[in-house]
Amino acid sequence: MKLAYWMYAGPAHIGTLRVTSSFKNVHAIMHGPIGDSFFPVLSSMLSRSRDFAPVTTSILDRHVLARGSQEKVIENLRRKEKEEHPDLIVLTPTCTSSILQEDLQNFVIAAKQHIVQNDLSSECDVLFIDSNHYRLNEHQAADLALEQIVRHYLEKAKKEDTGKSMRSPQPSCNILGMFTLGFHSQHDLRELKNLLNDLGVEVNQVIPEGGSVTAIKNLRNAWFNIVPFRDAGLMTAVYLAKEFNMPYTTITPIGLIDTAAFAREISLICRSAVASDSALLKSTTGFSPLILNQEGLEKYIEKQTSFVSQAAWFNRSVDSNNLTGKRVFVFGSASHSASITKLLVREMGVHVVCAGTFQKHDADWFTHQVSGFCNKILITDDHSQVADVIANLEVDAIFGTQSERHVGKRLNLPCGVISAPVHIQNYPMGFKPFLGYEGANQIADLIYNSFALGMEEHMLDMFKGHDTAEITSRSYSSDASSTKLEWTKEALAELSKIPGFVRSKVKRNTEKYAQTKQINLITLEVIYDAKEAVS
Amino acid sequence: MNITNKTSDLTISCETGNYHTMCPISCVSWLYQTIAGSFFLVIGTKTCGYFLQNALGVMIFSSPRYAMAELEEADISSQLNDFKELKRIMSQIKSDRNPSVIVCILTCTPEIIKMDLEGMAPLLEAELNVPIVVARANGLDSAFTQGEDVVLAAMVGHCGQAAQGSTPSALPKPGVRPSAEPQPEGNSEVKSLVLFGSLPSSLANQLEGELKRQGVNVKGWLPSARYSDLPLLGENVYVCGVNPYLSRTATALIRRGHCKYTASPFPIGPDGTTAWITSICKTFGIVPTGLIEREAKIWESLRPSMDLLKGKTVFFMGDNLLEISLARFLVRCGAVVLEVGIPYLDRRYQSAELALLEQTCKDMGVPLPRIIEKPDNYFQTIRIKELLPDLVITGLAHANPLEARGITTKWSIEFTFAQIHGYSNSAALLELLTRPLRRNNNLNVSQGSLKQQNYVPG
Ligand code: SF4
Repeated sequence: MKLAYWMYAGPAHIGTLRVTSSFKNVHAIMHGPIGDSFFPVLSSMLSRSRDFAPVTTSILDRHVLARGSQEKVIENLRRKEKEEHPDLIVLTPTCTSSILQEDLQNFVIAAKQHIVQNDLSSECDVLFIDSNHYRLNEHQAADLALEQIVRHYLEKAKKEDTGKSMRSPQPSCNILGMFTLGFHSQHDLRELKNLLNDLGVEVNQVIPEGGSVTAIKNLRNAWFNIVPFRDAGLMTAVYLAKEFNMPYTTITPIGLIDTAAFAREISLICRSAVASDSALLKSTTGFSPLILNQEGLEKYIEKQTSFVSQAAWFNRSVDSNNLTGKRVFVFGSASHSASITKLLVREMGVHVVCAGTFQKHDADWFTHQVSGFCNKILITDDHSQVADVIANLEVDAIFGTQSERHVGKRLNLPCGVISAPVHIQNYPMGFKPFLGYEGANQIADLIYNSFALGMEEHMLDMFKGHDTAEITSRSYSSDASSTKLEWTKEALAELSKIPGFVRSKVKRNTEKYAQTKQINLITLEVIYDAKEAVS
Repeated sequence: MNITNKTSDLTISCETGNYHTMCPISCVSWLYQTIAGSFFLVIGTKTCGYFLQNALGVMIFSSPRYAMAELEEADISSQLNDFKELKRIMSQIKSDRNPSVIVCILTCTPEIIKMDLEGMAPLLEAELNVPIVVARANGLDSAFTQGEDVVLAAMVGHCGQAAQGSTPSALPKPGVRPSAEPQPEGNSEVKSLVLFGSLPSSLANQLEGELKRQGVNVKGWLPSARYSDLPLLGENVYVCGVNPYLSRTATALIRRGHCKYTASPFPIGPDGTTAWITSICKTFGIVPTGLIEREAKIWESLRPSMDLLKGKTVFFMGDNLLEISLARFLVRCGAVVLEVGIPYLDRRYQSAELALLEQTCKDMGVPLPRIIEKPDNYFQTIRIKELLPDLVITGLAHANPLEARGITTKWSIEFTFAQIHGYSNSAALLELLTRPLRRNNNLNVSQGSLKQQNYVPG
């Protein structure tokens, strides 16, 4: 048992649902108690989705506990097939149902048979996705779910002998692991597509975000795969590499240096593909995308870095002189924390005192990435430990998740949010990518503003800028009114419970009311009566 | 399966129970604030923790007095000793927060692995010297606000008995501590009133004030603002609820607390408030005075907002058990309620409220709404598509998708957190209900272009 107040990563089924609901026309049935039907709220509120979340619960209650849930689960699967005609229905347990150890896999087989028997034309697939709730967290489960779905469809294609690998004539890629409720992921996807477009790389498929499971068999038409973030997609890329010899990159194009590294790596992948495949050589002759042209690529990177993106110039400008040697703490998902750490050190000259991640399962990779860029590495998913470390470090700013933002508030330190988990304000409407050249601009703004605000506070404090003296002259009672009003102890206590920003209004209204009624002593009742009179 | 009894024309039917609601453990968020110095320990899994964290948002960062005892694999396979683990965690809480009471919420997983916390509680209490309340609030048995019901029902066992005074636990019970004011023990004629339901203290004061005007003194509240002030229960204690979702608590007060229950509509809206005060006065043999004028004055002040509702159709998808009372208030304001979805309807506990709803519909000359217990959200969206109500009151899972389809919605969760009880909050309640309608009037953006043309429920 663990005493926990807050967690960085959610339970396994949330990861699975994020993947399934990102695909088009895939419905998930979650087997669990009614209180677990919370995912649609996240989908509707955080990502402000206009559609009903494609998730239903096959509800586990007392009744089901006593009789077993086979009948109900199968009925729910059949019902969804009829109501929505999805391409795929995924059945997944929550932590509560997984300890019942029912044979959900078998329920799925039974439901599938039933669907086929009753409607031969039904194309609906049914898949059981299990994830151990006590060993996997949200991100690991998402990674696994995506791999299972991709594997299912590719194996099916192999059996049916459809979807043979036909590499596209021009360089193309798949983007793996972009999904709903990801940190700025909609914006990142758009920026990544812009970058690939500039480089002359076609996007074959994006999965799961907006993807279709029936198209998965064509994943192999791409030349290579991109896994922008390590949260999900890596297992799928590894599977595709093993099974179909598809190369992949896991460089996260955050910051100018890593964006360039990303472009160079995929250029290398594409050029060696052409070199080793005569068919590709033929199909690309006479057509020279940047990605196949080393010299052109370098020029592009140079131009983007020096002129198009403002970040490099900004970092040189005198404005950002005062960032030099500033001490910061960085924490977040493995990909974001490592990328931002490197960016801060190499591109902005900021001193990262400590970099950390809550993704303990990826500790080795993370350590390898940030060693040499920071004095201390922190791997933990205990938010109070993170808070303690920050409190002891004497830093000028924090870059982290919502939890670190609150730590910053308490310690009076500026904080920029660079990673999930986040609140609704981190699902912005304006275009705010973290990836690519526009991402570099956005990050520069974020970091500079964090420091500038911190600086402003400091100056205000120094010059006693904030006028904190209580403004009393506005209160009604101090007007030269003839009657002197008194408040009882209870009434004053009640008044103090009213939120600060309306308190003086309530006080004024109450006293006004009392005066019109010629009451001199304000009691609890008078407060309520006054409220009633004005409302 | 329509159930129609002879005295009522209301039809109540039952669907599949596939609807969205909040997990009942969300009640910790308001209960820890009502009971000063309490600490709520939710014993469960990451799923419960994730739910609380996301549902309660920023509250979680203000050092709330609640936490998760997160079960790990070793706890499930009983490799670890529950008692030792709980003792370790509770000692930590005790040394960090020094709570006046620890309320343990047993969620689904402890329920399934049959963790016997009730058996362990007396031992833990003795070792830690902190009272422990055990409440089984989980998604297997209850929905959203019913979490409060389960906790309050569990607290009934911790209230002292007005007459007997002695209690089985080793710890001193609130009612028998030496400093307690002398109880009129010998005098069995004295009736006293205890109200149940968790309300912010200012709201509780307001309701007490209303009763005081009629000469009824409230002896205590369940929950009390302090654990040590839990009310004394017994033969001459009359209890009355302030919220429609407290049927287990009512039953516990009658059976275990030997109290007498006053059935009444709930003090929501001016009509409900008058009915509530009247019922209580009747119990105490008092003829209430001034209520009719009082209520009329409130209605008068509500008139402008009521005009917005006149003839508007309203549909409750149902998720928090406040639905019957809100529907009754809306009908009285001039709206036509088409459907009232509700997770669970205790016909006995809500009998007076149901009767008032029926009466109100008759008085206003509008058809009775159909009441659907355990609704099916999918079927409901189909009915919404057919009926195109002017306002749908629903949870957050459906609000935005319905808005995108041109259906105006009001999210229901707000009613559990806003102050909606009593005369003085009627205006605020009506404001909440009509806000989406007013927003529509204010928005100049052509709504047509925002709507998706094809309404696809699902
Ligand atoms: S339904 Fe059960 S498992 Fe889910 S959050 Fe509620 S108590 Fe926890």
